[in-house]
Amino acid sequence: MPRRRDIQSVCVLGSGPITVGQGCEFDYAGCQAVKVLREEGIRTIVVNSNPATIMTDPEFADATYLEPLDAAGVEAVLRHERPDAILPTVGGQTALNLARELDGSGVLLELGIELIGARAEVIERAEDRERFREVARAAGVQVPDSRVVTALEQLRNVQLPVVVRPAFTLGGGGGGAAWTQRELRARVRDGIAASPIGQVLVEESLHGWDEFELELVRDARDNVVVVCSIENVDPMGVHTGDSVTVAPQLTLSDLAYQELRTAAIAIVRAVGVDCGGANVQFARQRTSGELRVIELNPRVSRSSALASKATGYPIAKVAARLAIGYTLDEIPNDLNTSVPASFEPALDYVVVKVPRFGFDVFPEAERELGTQMKSFGEVMGVGRTFAGALLKAVRGAEGGDGPWYGWRALPDHAHPFFHREVARVSQALERLPALAEIGAPELLTLKREGVSDHELGRAWHASERAVRARRAELEVLPIYRCIDTSAGELRSSSTTHYSSWGEQDEGVADTRRTVVIIGAGPNRIGQGIEYDYCCVRASLAFRALGFRTVMVNSTPATVSTDADTSDALYLEPLCPEEVLAICEREQPWGVCVQFGGQTPLKLAAALQDADVPLLGLDAASLDAFEDRARFAARMQRLGVRVPAWRLTSAGAACSAAREVGYPVILRPSWVLGGSAMRVCRDEEALLAAIEGMPGDIFVDRFLEGAVEYDVDALTDGSSVHVCGIMRHLEHAGIHSGDSTALLGAGAVAARDRARIVEAVRAIGTDAGIVGLFNTQLAIVGDELHVLEANPRASRTVPFAAKATGMPIIDLACALLAGAKLADLPLERWGEPTDMSIKAPVFSFDRLPGADRTLGPRMRSTGEVMASAATVDAALATVRRAVDGGRAGASDTGRSRGTVQSLQARQASL
Amino acid sequence: MTQAPVRQRGFAARIEPYGRALLVLEDGTQFDGISVGAAGTAVGEAVFTTSMTGYQEALTDPSFHGQLVCFTAPMVGNYGVAPERTQSPRARAAGALMRSCTSRCWSTWLREEGVVAIADIDTRRLAMHLREHGSMRAVVSSSPDALDGPGRDGLAARAAQLEPTDWATVIAEVSTPSRYLHADGERDVAVLDLGVKRSLLQLIERNGCAVTVYPHDVDTATLRSHQAVVVSSGPGDPARLDGYLRTIVPLLGEVPMLGVCLGHQLLARALGHDTWKLPFGHRGTNHPVLDRRTGRVLVTSQNHGYAVAIGSAGAEVTHVSLYDGTVEGFACRELRVAGIQFHPEATPGPDDARGLVADWLQECTGAAQA
Repeated sequence: MPRRRDIQSVCVLGSGPITVGQGCEFDYAGCQAVKVLREEGIRTIVVNSNPATIMTDPEFADATYLEPLDAAGVEAVLRHERPDAILPTVGGQTALNLARELDGSGVLLELGIELIGARAEVIERAEDRERFREVARAAGVQVPDSRVVTALEQLRNVQLPVVVRPAFTLGGGGGGAAWTQRELRARVRDGIAASPIGQVLVEESLHGWDEFELELVRDARDNVVVVCSIENVDPMGVHTGDSVTVAPQLTLSDLAYQELRTAAIAIVRAVGVDCGGANVQFARQRTSGELRVIELNPRVSRSSALASKATGYPIAKVAARLAIGYTLDEIPNDLNTSVPASFEPALDYVVVKVPRFGFDVFPEAERELGTQMKSFGEVMGVGRTFAGALLKAVRGAEGGDGPWYGWRALPDHAHPFFHREVARVSQALERLPALAEIGAPELLTLKREGVSDHELGRAWHASERAVRARRAELEVLPIYRCIDTSAGELRSSSTTHYSSWGEQDEGVADTRRTVVIIGAGPNRIGQGIEYDYCCVRASLAFRALGFRTVMVNSTPATVSTDADTSDALYLEPLCPEEVLAICEREQPWGVCVQFGGQTPLKLAAALQDADVPLLGLDAASLDAFEDRARFAARMQRLGVRVPAWRLTSAGAACSAAREVGYPVILRPSWVLGGSAMRVCRDEEALLAAIEGMPGDIFVDRFLEGAVEYDVDALTDGSSVHVCGIMRHLEHAGIHSGDSTALLGAGAVAARDRARIVEAVRAIGTDAGIVGLFNTQLAIVGDELHVLEANPRASRTVPFAAKATGMPIIDLACALLAGAKLADLPLERWGEPTDMSIKAPVFSFDRLPGADRTLGPRMRSTGEVMASAATVDAALATVRRAVDGGRAGASDTGRSRGTVQSLQARQASL
Repeated sequence: MTQAPVRQRGFAARIEPYGRALLVLEDGTQFDGISVGAAGTAVGEAVFTTSMTGYQEALTDPSFHGQLVCFTAPMVGNYGVAPERTQSPRARAAGALMRSCTSRCWSTWLREEGVVAIADIDTRRLAMHLREHGSMRAVVSSSPDALDGPGRDGLAARAAQLEPTDWATVIAEVSTPSRYLHADGERDVAVLDLGVKRSLLQLIERNGCAVTVYPHDVDTATLRSHQAVVVSSGPGDPARLDGYLRTIVPLLGEVPMLGVCLGHQLLARALGHDTWKLPFGHRGTNHPVLDRRTGRVLVTSQNHGYAVAIGSAGAEVTHVSLYDGTVEGFACRELRVAGIQFHPEATPGPDDARGLVADWLQECTGAAQA
């Protein structure tokens, strides 16, 4: 069936701020949908409150509304725009719940707007647990024994253990396992409170069963394909978002796998998903083969983002085309347009996903993993073996205390196949010959097993560099393969690569000038979607400047790892070994390390060491910013004040604190960012804080009562242009990432503004850097202090770009490509006339036990933005976006801190 | 969450290779690996399958007789072996070509079944080579004297010198030696066994049929006595198996016939249509096929190196491949003959096409479905 001609305009709902359980994957899905719809000549209208998304970029959709994602906000947009249809399946649970609400209230009917992608009754059948169970049973698939509970009295005769699942919550919010009557009652009470319809499901516990997920798409002609199977290495009981997972499934025989496939298709049909993607989760008892279907999501999901990246089959794109009437056989395969999308990808590699947790930021939070998701991000490893892919993923996670504490410690219950694979690597390492004696075949074998240079260096007590040198000497070098959806059966235009060893390289055909952009790695607190936004914009900007762009990143859930974003994509860990090898292969004209947060900056020294051309900075200029002493000395020369500080041992901390004067901020010298910072107002507090801080400590003067400013600016090396000055609403001492920021007319007093611009100009001029830099300043009384400066794109760039309308990253890329500020049409973007506000969003409800007080450690997971003519109006809107922002989602505890501070500050403005 | 202890013992960590092995294609391309199967040398046509599951099913499928089967799935052997997965009494493929062999029991099975198997080779390179240059003859060896020196040089020559197979002899070998009743049931279906898969018999049985399996040299009269005849899949070039047309042609119009894979090709030839060799075949479990009558797409299990070219009249093309447009099914309503190029019985592969057999049985025997 060709595309429906009656649909001329579509409203695409985003998922709002990043929270645990609803991450960057929906920007990826939303972007793909908008792109496809526009290709079809359809007018697209995006509603999303999250400024750090690509989908809300000005030219991305035909109309963009940075509005709160609540029924009122979306309704206002719908009334104004009058689209023909609304697509709710690419914006996560938030969008789905909103669609349900708008449908239920009759707004869609009144305005004549059709729900496409998932009809209301489909959402209902999938989301209402009781109805889903009936439908699944009728389709001949077993469901876990369970009952719906809306009051504690209904808990008589429940067989323990059970799992409590609240209806209509994100990422299993409010749910969990109960092993005792007491736990049961507590879980049910919390779950009822968390569910927007006051309903929980008390369910047979399938603890220890194996867990599988299938990603499907179905069209209006009832064609169904299974795009990908995903196997959880962690057994049932751990939320799939927190599990290590592998695609394709590796431990089921064909018969067992086909049973899953057939059941999944039967359920998708029964639920009635008829023009889009769906995800079906199963539990399977390993020995008896008993099967239970756990749930179905009638939308694209975190898993479908992973499946899309793992297979090269873009589920969200296909789903968007299905939603406007196409059938699967009419949609071309992205990578080989001579064949249609109505096939099932074949993989000749293995993809392992590892979650990235934030227990380092929330050491006090409960670490026990359960049915409620706790991870902040994820990273994938692609290799020709399970172990190789797992090891890559673990490296790509960049530390973070993973679920298993290292790749060796598989959960006991994991399938013997996985244990066998990991044991083989361990044994290979045990039999390791000495560095000087190892020959090429032995070294190649180790590399084929997935052992990194870093790991080898540890075993040999040698530097990674020495290992690399030895490898080069023995000519044991990685090669690159393509992800092509067909295991080599079809010719493909794929430019998505992963590394392998001892095989044939598939070659680089493109000889244009190449820029490599190093991504930000897995989403985490402090390094989130904002940096992915910067990397994506950079790739698009360099392309527009005529360069070929190469992206290196390994998180599945982002736009940067969308194959369309760059000319070539490497799904590889952001470690020196991999990044250097990619640069060796690509021979880039330049490498960007300033868009992906701290992760690429940490690679700068290793890259420079290998004579890789860095764009915009070098190790020395970077050091001049990062080394406190050098930075302070330079500030002194420039006549810019920095708060008094000392680097001291724990023993001398008290005298150092007396010298700089209380209150002080303490921070271990080896920790970057705000983690582990403490504010101490007296010696007693200081003594308590230094306990358990190993190594040297920074003691900084804490500027009580200061007003903080965040400034993003461009430099061409010799002159500086300030793009945006953001004033924080919260008092100094709250991490800038957790602060509410104002940008716009009247946000900064004229006198302060002049002083800030002057300081920023001084810092950015002749600093040996080109491109973007971010400066944090504080004004206390009459004094201006520079707190910190970073020679890279910052977290606030997307917000500043949206508030000012200035394509900041594009301009930075022009400078990196050699332009001067004088060449750029900067006058085009004058002072904004309205007020924009960015407010943080927290996920505390997902992290029981987490300390909710705000301080120098960043704790927010996402942000929302609102603009209006006045501060009051902008504040009111941003409050809605923060508080009620996620329609239907029950997350009331999420943002108390911010809302209170907003109220307090609003009064003071 | 409790920290799981590191597993040190209890899992066989390494598949101890039985030594080195070598694969040489007729164009001289070489792949060095380790031997994980039988000792010896196997010569045959190198083909690749992209199915990610069902390795044991594939190697016991008589359609793979004598071939060297490359698995593009990167890890083969993960879930072991089980007798119920075999599709015929023994392994039929002559060689197995793998990136990695992941369990000892799989390796043991290969050795016991006499399959020469090589692992640790670049299977993606091999598959892409076959895609670009077409299926070709090859030799895989684990004999120590064939791995080095003059023996090594001789291997490529051996591949190139591989005599064209006498397919009639091969079919005599893979077919049942004598008639047997596979299952009893309401409807009386005969299967002409040219190398049938056990799962095809099971699929017919599940539709409430009595399934009588006949050897390849059964006479026409015997087949005619049944309500319907299924001509099975099997190995070989249909153009070199015209001898079977003597059995099949007299049945046209006399009894409803369904051909699967090779059977489909032979029925097409019996109706006067041609068959031709595909460049590198269709082997996998993800092939999209359009059912022209319904407009629906089936994801199918395929394993064939030849295709049918339906001429002008007499037969309707019912199914086409969405990969390359080749004929995947035809029907000749008048003569009650139908052919399906793919494998409705799957095993390995998806169940999408099972209904085709049920529908056909329903249509031509009229009995109620099971």
